[in-house]
Amino acid sequence: MVDTALERLEAALAKLESERYELTLFVSGASASSERAIRNAKAVCDLHLGGRHDLRIVDVNQEPDLIRGSRVLATPTLVKEIPAPERMLVGDLSDRERVLLALDVRVVEKPSAEAA
Amino acid sequence: MNTEAPHSEKRPALPAEFGSLPKAPTGIDGLDEVTEGGLPRGRPTLICGPAGCGKTLLGLEFLVRGITEHGENGVFVAFEETREDLIANVESLGFDLAQLEADGQLAIDHVSIEPTEIEQSGEWDLEGLFIRLGASIDAVGADRVVIDTIENLFGAFPDKATLRAELRRLFRWLKDRGVTAIITGERGDGSLTRHGIEEYVSDCVIVLDHRVSEETSTRRLRILKYRGSLHGTNEYPFLIHRGGITVVPITSLGIEHDVSGERLSMGVARLDEMLGGRGVLRGSSILVSGTAGTGKSTIAAQFCDAACRRGERALYFAFEESEAQIVRNMASVGMDLGQWVEQGLLKFTCVRPSLAGLEAHLSSMQALVAEFNPSVVVIDPISDLLTAGASRDVSAMLTRQVDFLKVRGVTALFTSLDQHLQLEEANHQIAALIDVWLLVATQKANGERNRSLSVLKARGMAHSNQIREFLLTERGIEIAGIHRFEEVLTGSARIAQEEAHRRGNGGPAEASPGPAPELVAGVPRAGGAQ
Repeated sequence: MVDTALERLEAALAKLESERYELTLFVSGASASSERAIRNAKAVCDLHLGGRHDLRIVDVNQEPDLIRGSRVLATPTLVKEIPAPERMLVGDLSDRERVLLALDVRVVEKPSAEAA
Repeated sequence: MNTEAPHSEKRPALPAEFGSLPKAPTGIDGLDEVTEGGLPRGRPTLICGPAGCGKTLLGLEFLVRGITEHGENGVFVAFEETREDLIANVESLGFDLAQLEADGQLAIDHVSIEPTEIEQSGEWDLEGLFIRLGASIDAVGADRVVIDTIENLFGAFPDKATLRAELRRLFRWLKDRGVTAIITGERGDGSLTRHGIEEYVSDCVIVLDHRVSEETSTRRLRILKYRGSLHGTNEYPFLIHRGGITVVPITSLGIEHDVSGERLSMGVARLDEMLGGRGVLRGSSILVSGTAGTGKSTIAAQFCDAACRRGERALYFAFEESEAQIVRNMASVGMDLGQWVEQGLLKFTCVRPSLAGLEAHLSSMQALVAEFNPSVVVIDPISDLLTAGASRDVSAMLTRQVDFLKVRGVTALFTSLDQHLQLEEANHQIAALIDVWLLVATQKANGERNRSLSVLKARGMAHSNQIREFLLTERGIEIAGIHRFEEVLTGSARIAQEEAHRRGNGGPAEASPGPAPELVAGVPRAGGAQ
């Protein structure tokens, strides 16, 4: 019983680890918080998603139609479209812990860190 | 059909010092009157109130009327209801939002914000909202914007301090764009809005309320603040009905409607005589009041019968009896109302007012009047409507109703049961709106109860000051001739007097048809007023 549950958890974690992330970061022009958000988002992707991601950066000033089709009101906003559920992360993404939590990334990182 | 009150266009001119503030007419019935011309043009207005008070509808109607009546396009930002819900909700009011959207006159931007979906990490601003709002405004060339409701943002974004600062910026931005905006907010405990947004809107604040008193719900509107402008300060009841919102500005009752000199028969020759010889003026309001069983409904029915005989339509709102009952009862006094119903000239609406709110009632009554287009309307009795709501609300509503009928040139007859002593006050307010007031009473003398009728008031016409006996006969209402003794003789005393007169030794002659001779100018009132 315990084994199977553990096996299932490991399988789920493995699946999570291999899952692709589709992220869109909405920023507005060259504001300081936007620049910080772009830097932080790229760092999170590189460090924790290891290439399993597709990060799109939208400047709402340049592409207002893209924001009209979304549910975004604040900038910067990082939207995790895939995997479901969709999550929105508002702010310059300076709180790394919160970002990972919101993206459901930490669950993947923790066991592998312990294994290493 | 034109249901717009013509007087809404003819507003009194503002004093010069207030003339400089440009206003955007809302097109909402009654609201432009109480705001002396509309909302501040190019500025944001805050509309707050509890859930279900009509904020969203007011915003939508402001946009729709702007497009259809003032050539100003609009943007609706919805945080609560979806585009589809909004379209469906106002479809029944005759607003076709989808068509307006398709015609490029309206943009609806629904942004669903689920508080649980949003996490916060670090600094942010509301630039995204500004951009999407700006894009929508540009897309339709909007002059009007509605944001419904700002309170949802507070639910979604945990950082209240940033949000407040951003909302302050939003209001400034809207002003800079020069759009006339409505921002809606929810009423908070002890404050106007839950998060004190009213501090940021300095130009115009309107409060809506939805109260239930005596099991009747009434919506009210109050202009809390309107910088640089005259405005009504009262609480105004408002209705939501098939044509949208109607604010009931009792203090600005339209008294500019066209008046008619045409006279209508009440259906009783001698009653017409008492009213200057030719009956009532078309478009006037008649109140028949009296105690139970004095024949008020019969007078009302006779009035309808007379209209139908002229080939006109009559609409009869009966709150105590069914159609079948009325038709049967009137048949007993020789009136065949059934024929008029069959010919489509007479229509009965029989309901108990307590079943629906007063508001719903009056709006459905107005809708029926607009639909059936009668020349005369009977409300029998109006005192039943009075029991459907607190008397202050009722008189405001009735004022609107009387006004509505007057503007349409409809002659209205209301009956009122005077036993309801607590209704006296309301009755007095109604009395001010009434052109002709007939009082019916029963007089007790010689072991009999006999009916008497007098004209308490009749605006704009010479009228009799006599108290006359009136009889319900097989041929309808008959008003007996006058026999003066010490007071008006009724019943057997009158018959005895008539007998005596026939024998040639009576008092003054029976009043003959024709202009009523003021035989009884000195008759004491006490005989009639019981």
